Amino acid sequence: MAEAAALPTTEAVLGRSLWADAKARLFRNRAAVASMVVLAAIAIACLFGPLLTTHAYDRVHQDYVRTPPSLFAYPQPDQIRPAAERVAARMRARAEAIAVEGDALRLTLTAQRPIDERLLAFFDRSDLFGPARVIERAEEGRRLAVEVPVERRYFLFGTDANGRDLLTRTLIAGRVSLAIGFLATAVSITIGVVYGAVSGYLGGRVDLLMMRLVDILYALPFIFFVIMLVVFFGRNFVLMFIAVGAVEWLDMARIVRGQTLSIKRQEYVQAAEALGVTTSGILRRHIIPNTLGPVIVYMTLLVPKVILLESFLSFLGLGVQEPMTSWGVLISDGAKNIQGAAYMLIFPSLFLVATLFALNFIGDGLRDALDPKDR
Amino acid sequence: MLPFILRRFLSAIPTLFLIVTISFFLIRLAPGGPFDLEQPLEAKVMENLRRIYKLDRPLIEQYGLYLGALLRGDFGPSFYFRDFTIGELFARGLPVSMMLGALALGFAILIGGALGTLAAFRQNSAADYAVMALGTAGLTIPNFVVAPVLQIVFALMLGVLPVGGWNDGAVRNLVLPVVTLALPQIAVVARMTRAAMIETLRSNHIRTLRSLGLPNGVIVRHATRGAALPVVSYLGPAAAALLTGSVVVETIFGLPGVGRYFVEGALNRDYTLVMGTVVLVAVFVLLFNLVVDILYALIDPRVRYE
Amino acid sequence: MEEAAASPILSVRGLHVRFRTGQGVLHAVKGIDLDVSAGETVAIVGESGSGKSQTVMALMGLLAANGWAQGSARYRGEELIGLPPAALNRYRGSKITMIFQEPMSSLDPLYRIGDQIALPLITHGGLSRRQAQARAVDLLRLVRIPDPERRLASYPHELSGGQRQRVMIAMALANRPDILIADEPTTALDVTVQARILELLAELKHRLGMAIVFITHDLGIVRRFAERTYVMKDGEVVESGATPALFAAPQHPYTRRLIEAEPRGRKTPPPPGAPVVLDAKDIRVRFELRSGLFGRARHEIRAVDDVDLDIRAGETVGVVGESGSGKSTLGRAILRLVPAAGLVRFEDRNLTPLDPRAMRPIRKHLQLVFQDPFGSLSPRMTVGEIVTEGLLVHQPALTGRERDKRAAQALEEVRLDPSSRNRFPHEFSGGQRQRIAIARALILRPKLVVLDEPTSALDRSVQSEIVELLRELQQEHGLAYLFISHDLAVVRALSDRILVMKEGRVVERGTTAEIFTQPREVYTRELMAAAFLSSTARSHLTRRVRSACGGNRPDHPAE
Repeated sequence: MAEAAALPTTEAVLGRSLWADAKARLFRNRAAVASMVVLAAIAIACLFGPLLTTHAYDRVHQDYVRTPPSLFAYPQPDQIRPAAERVAARMRARAEAIAVEGDALRLTLTAQRPIDERLLAFFDRSDLFGPARVIERAEEGRRLAVEVPVERRYFLFGTDANGRDLLTRTLIAGRVSLAIGFLATAVSITIGVVYGAVSGYLGGRVDLLMMRLVDILYALPFIFFVIMLVVFFGRNFVLMFIAVGAVEWLDMARIVRGQTLSIKRQEYVQAAEALGVTTSGILRRHIIPNTLGPVIVYMTLLVPKVILLESFLSFLGLGVQEPMTSWGVLISDGAKNIQGAAYMLIFPSLFLVATLFALNFIGDGLRDALDPKDR
Repeated sequence: MLPFILRRFLSAIPTLFLIVTISFFLIRLAPGGPFDLEQPLEAKVMENLRRIYKLDRPLIEQYGLYLGALLRGDFGPSFYFRDFTIGELFARGLPVSMMLGALALGFAILIGGALGTLAAFRQNSAADYAVMALGTAGLTIPNFVVAPVLQIVFALMLGVLPVGGWNDGAVRNLVLPVVTLALPQIAVVARMTRAAMIETLRSNHIRTLRSLGLPNGVIVRHATRGAALPVVSYLGPAAAALLTGSVVVETIFGLPGVGRYFVEGALNRDYTLVMGTVVLVAVFVLLFNLVVDILYALIDPRVRYE
Repeated sequence: MEEAAASPILSVRGLHVRFRTGQGVLHAVKGIDLDVSAGETVAIVGESGSGKSQTVMALMGLLAANGWAQGSARYRGEELIGLPPAALNRYRGSKITMIFQEPMSSLDPLYRIGDQIALPLITHGGLSRRQAQARAVDLLRLVRIPDPERRLASYPHELSGGQRQRVMIAMALANRPDILIADEPTTALDVTVQARILELLAELKHRLGMAIVFITHDLGIVRRFAERTYVMKDGEVVESGATPALFAAPQHPYTRRLIEAEPRGRKTPPPPGAPVVLDAKDIRVRFELRSGLFGRARHEIRAVDDVDLDIRAGETVGVVGESGSGKSTLGRAILRLVPAAGLVRFEDRNLTPLDPRAMRPIRKHLQLVFQDPFGSLSPRMTVGEIVTEGLLVHQPALTGRERDKRAAQALEEVRLDPSSRNRFPHEFSGGQRQRIAIARALILRPKLVVLDEPTSALDRSVQSEIVELLRELQQEHGLAYLFISHDLAVVRALSDRILVMKEGRVVERGTTAEIFTQPREVYTRELMAAAFLSSTARSHLTRRVRSACGGNRPDHPAE
């Protein structure tokens, strides 16, 4: 027992709150820490990555449809010659003496009739080359020596069936999926916490009625409900996560109500009542801070659930609309192109699964950290 | 026991009624109608169709007619699959969905339960970590990723199983869809069983059994019964969802179940089909809630008298 | 006795128990030696955290997964420490058995009593199911459970706490063990039930002749039962020896402190003519139990039934009774925290017609301190915030700095270090937390404080400190106390007058001296007898009990 204190000091020792303890325990959990690093990396990549990939997410490369992923730049050496010949053919000319020098291509175009130099724009229109420059004209324009810059592009994840860069699209899709995940979760947590806390704290008939409504919503086919909401609100990105959030709050409401009921019986709430603290004071200072633990855990587990749900809706064609995209859309595309272009399924799946894994591990870690009796 | 079941059964009826009412008006409020095709129909044809399907009556009258038909067990004709009634569609699709769902549920209980128990008894061992990793994987990898991967590996690369199709429920055709359906359920059941089992193994009454020097078998038996409670309450809604079909699995494997009807009905404003599926799912959910209550009462003598 | 002591059947040497925790390794038992001879009763006493329970858990192989034992424990020459469970099962449940502190949770709620008692009989005794059931009836009869044939088919939740502990004893005795380990077997029970269980154990020991190892914090039990005693503190045995000698001439200062920990002194009566602070008439609290959705088949419980009560300034009124007697509900009813019928006057105001909002300003004068020092402090608030919460309501004009100053003063007043006001409740011991709860109640300078079992969850030595603090604070501020407790020793040290409650009614009332020297009602007398069996207070009483034990006749036949 610490007996009679020496002097009334104005300096007070800082205590370790339960939150600080939980944080320390969380940071001792290696899987959770690794997951936080992974999640942060994915989030940063999705936010800033599209600025660095040099491709726009909706830019179609007709010459690079379903190009497999490669660490080397496209066009690859063996692609240049046939591509140049194709362009020449469109100009009704033949390509001769094709030579690649660094980033430039030199060739000589020959034709029966004089070549219309405006047609050189075909080079620029191709995804492989830049604007062509005539070096030398001969035989009254029937023979042109041309220098064309080769445009080097990197498709680290390959391209999709429309020739769009999959890396950029995966990162952009990540923005959408993560945003929907977190925003929809925020919506459902807000509804759920308020609904559950009110129902639990007021108790009695109000509680009975409010929980009855939750029961009924539970028995409604969940998919039908989401589809109805999507149908109502249209396929709108913002309304979409509100719809998803509006469906997912039921569990949260039940959890918070249960917590509130048990906290209400705690002696510290009775003590506050005996002090004459108002209902809102009790809710604010005693009930809500003590329900936060399970809420946070549930939140980390809800984000992956929502991301999955969004993917599922996109898979059904009810989600995000082209050219905007999400991981679910990409995976759905990938599944259609699984023969011959398996990478289209693999890369978005990897990102999605890594994110979901990380969120689940963080959730498990948080649960252990906030409720240490499990160890 | 019997009054208990009866009371629960009766209390489900108003819930079902509310569900039917809410969904009926919800789908009617949605923009668009069942005959809004890409090329608009002639006004005359449209009018005829609306009269045939009684869509020209006031909404409240249609609601009354629908409730009346429903009480007689008549789900009405489909607006989209013009040649079928909803009853016929269900009669053909439901056995397929229930077969797949029941198999998946069975595997989930057997394999998930066994893995969870194993992990709980060997807490923090390699086996435990393996089960937990499998559990997380099963939860996080979406079934529309699992299904195509299974198709590539077993149908296209190895060629041992068909890519899809029902084929009158031949075992070869069942394997891949059932595995796809069961994997996430196995994962959840394993994780829940493990958590509940660890909790039970730490309880005072298991300590009593240990102090009495009883063999491991007795301890496992007692712990399993105690740990079954949370798993049972999870399995109720899960069973209802599994038995009423999965859109993804039925679409990817090309199976004629009822799972697809949710989406098709809602998208095509097939009012009767949507209402039919809503009623079907709600009945399954309420039924399995009842089953959970009964199982609970059988397992735990404390709830019987409440 | 002498021969038996020469060859102990259980011999513990250099036993260590350690636990791996988040904060490193916790050394719970630090190399203790201990002997138990055949037919002997040995007590291990100590306060919470002394390692007394972990010692026996280690030799039963029941340590938690993060704990491990080193050293030696031999039963009839066979080493127990380090045996795998299967090998340990040759002794557990047949030769060495154990009963636990928590009778409410120690039986499997999902199985019938008969099936549970049959388990050790089938496993160790080789009986068939039918034989085991028949033997279970005998065992239930042995532990004095009425109507044993019918009880076989009962589930644990249909039994009272005392009956469940009897079933546990029946299971432990099923195979006629050499050693019965009893880990605080009566702590969770009401005093009168406690006394009956102890009598049963004494009688069974006499009839069956096994050795008993008693783990307890209660010196009364030790004195009454144990032939030899080990005193444990912080994982070590600080003193051991024959019980009478140990009590007569304790060697170790800690043993002396334990023996002297009984709350001492009496309360000085309030000045004559002190004003009446609170006057309650015909207080009634009823709870309705509804079964079914439509609320038919109602069942009414009269938690408090027509109780009158008045308290003057500076006075303490004690309310005693067992669990379920309605004493806590009475305390909350006069504070108008539960809906109650009857008349409550505070000073010159009638509180009965006031709604919660109108009550709020009056709450300043009426405060409450709870039993559970762990549950009554909000875990996520600092001690300073907890203590000053009342000021937020009743003196909202105060600035944060002023509140901080008041928090420091309040903590000082309850003899806590004021610099700890930014710490959190979980960083304090049980006794310190109870001081915090008292500080929270007193910061508003109330006139009346309801103390609901404020010392029951604390170790004896801490209890007497809290009792002294409460007395001093009362003296300083002229507080009126309503002191609710089942612990008669504490009530006597603190109260001017006493109400004895049973099943919602006051069965006896009087001054402290009257109740303790001339109890009129049978129930009061029973309560006294049970309480002071297990108390070190009255040596003449203890002597009487010991002689009763020596004669092997428990003085109260069970039930």
